[in-house]
Amino acid sequence: MTVTAWTAAQVARKVIDNKELFILDVRNADAFEDWKIEGHQFEYLNIPYFELLDGVEEILPKIPTDKDVLVVCAKEGSSIMVAEMLSEAGLSVGYLEGGMKSWSMYLEPIKVGDLQDGGELYQFVRLGKGCLSYMAISGGEAAIIDAVRFTEVFTKFAEEKGVEIKHVFDTHLHADHISGGRHIAAQTGATYYLPPKDAEEVVFEYAPLTDGLTVQLGASQIEVGALYSPGHTIGSTSFVIDGKYLLTGDILFIDSIGRPDLAGLAEDWVGDLRETLYSRYRTLAEDLIVLPAHFMIIEELNEDGTVAKRLGELFAENHGLNVEDEEVFRSMVTDNLPPQPNAYQEIRHVNMGKITPDHDEQTEMEIGPNRCAVR
Amino acid sequence: MIKSDVQLDAKGLACPMPIVKTKKAIQGLDEGQVLEVIATDKGSKADLAAWAKTVGHQYIGTTEEGGVLYHYIRKCNPEASEQVEKTFEKTISNEEAVNGEGLILDVREAAEFAFGHIPGAKSIPMGELAARMDELDKARTIYVICRTGTRSDLAAQQLAEAGFTTIYNVLPGMSEYEGELEKEVK
Repeated sequence: MTVTAWTAAQVARKVIDNKELFILDVRNADAFEDWKIEGHQFEYLNIPYFELLDGVEEILPKIPTDKDVLVVCAKEGSSIMVAEMLSEAGLSVGYLEGGMKSWSMYLEPIKVGDLQDGGELYQFVRLGKGCLSYMAISGGEAAIIDAVRFTEVFTKFAEEKGVEIKHVFDTHLHADHISGGRHIAAQTGATYYLPPKDAEEVVFEYAPLTDGLTVQLGASQIEVGALYSPGHTIGSTSFVIDGKYLLTGDILFIDSIGRPDLAGLAEDWVGDLRETLYSRYRTLAEDLIVLPAHFMIIEELNEDGTVAKRLGELFAENHGLNVEDEEVFRSMVTDNLPPQPNAYQEIRHVNMGKITPDHDEQTEMEIGPNRCAVR
Repeated sequence: MIKSDVQLDAKGLACPMPIVKTKKAIQGLDEGQVLEVIATDKGSKADLAAWAKTVGHQYIGTTEEGGVLYHYIRKCNPEASEQVEKTFEKTISNEEAVNGEGLILDVREAAEFAFGHIPGAKSIPMGELAARMDELDKARTIYVICRTGTRSDLAAQQLAEAGFTTIYNVLPGMSEYEGELEKEVK
């Protein structure tokens, strides 16, 4: 039968629209265990391609014929080989173009909501890596927060919307993915802001992102305001946009909270994390919609594909916001932490401008899940 | 340069080709011989190790030089298990050999030796032993070691037949050695 090439965008549609999909992942077991394409209604079979070199007969009974089947590998070569073998055996299957590499890079822009005076707020969901970036647009101008390294996605989007990128922010010095922030700023003439406490070692020029800083978009009243909220890093800063949305960076997620250890200072920063989550955020309006910089599990996605929830609901439901005892909290965020993100030290150095790896090296560094949270 | 019996150039090939070629190449090897696979696909390391484990060959290790990976795999026969009866009578444990006075003679292939051996051990691969026996001192105690005790069993017999008197086969061998390792690779 046939073999069809699927793009990462088509797979993203399946995730966001809650569709069924059968994924035959032919990477080795460790790679699959560590990181895979997550969907609400996806089924999986993991058989490494090197176990199928002599034929696919043995796995045929395990492959459904009543739903879409997608063969996935690291780059695509092995998935094409296996897909062709399945096709010769009479099945119609797809393979993912560019493999997990392209999945890791794909971004889906989804509108979060309207801002006053015709403004809009978009969330760019990087499904494969769990990274979330934001663009607020109004009156012909745009502000970008926590942009990932695929700068053209943002510059093209701004172009389509007919807006000029004026402000580019990073809520903190990222350790799990490479920031596109300063490159977007350089290309567009926008100002790039970074919290100075996270930027002691950076080797490029930036505008200091400090508590209380506000910028306005276009002629409208839409305000993007900074709120110092340390804990994941010492500089971590949140944003309140249009009095409606709270962008929490890597401090607070939907179903987890930030981890304080990625710069090697967990013991020092745990107090800041506690203070931010249990004091600073408590003074904010509970109707603010929390928009984090990451999601960890597919259950954190809403039905429309966005990752967003009322602050009040998080106060009630997020385990990390409900640990009364300070000592218990301290041990939760410093002991038994999940493994650190792939190449996180190198990624920090890239984001400081200290090293400039080429495109392929950057892709390698970012392979795997983001792991910025403690559940 | 690590010694191998057969070399396979898989440079520039993307997954799955390095493994497909390796599978083919290893069919031409004799049991116990070492295949060197030269590849540039970064994923080939994890995949070769996992593949070797699945099919029962011994993945020895990988070195990297200038963006090129050199993988070493020793052909094993999964049917003929490692449980072959060992007949040489005098045996001692890994610990006793390490703490003993004698010479540790490692009869594994050069590549296996390169990826980790007991500090101070002397390497003479099993296949070269007959020709290189004069490098050994007959008056000295010799502890013969390999990965699981099978090759060292044969080597100990050969040495005894050649007139060496104080020979021991070390069991269980390097597969269960957990002490300090000396390496000849980065």
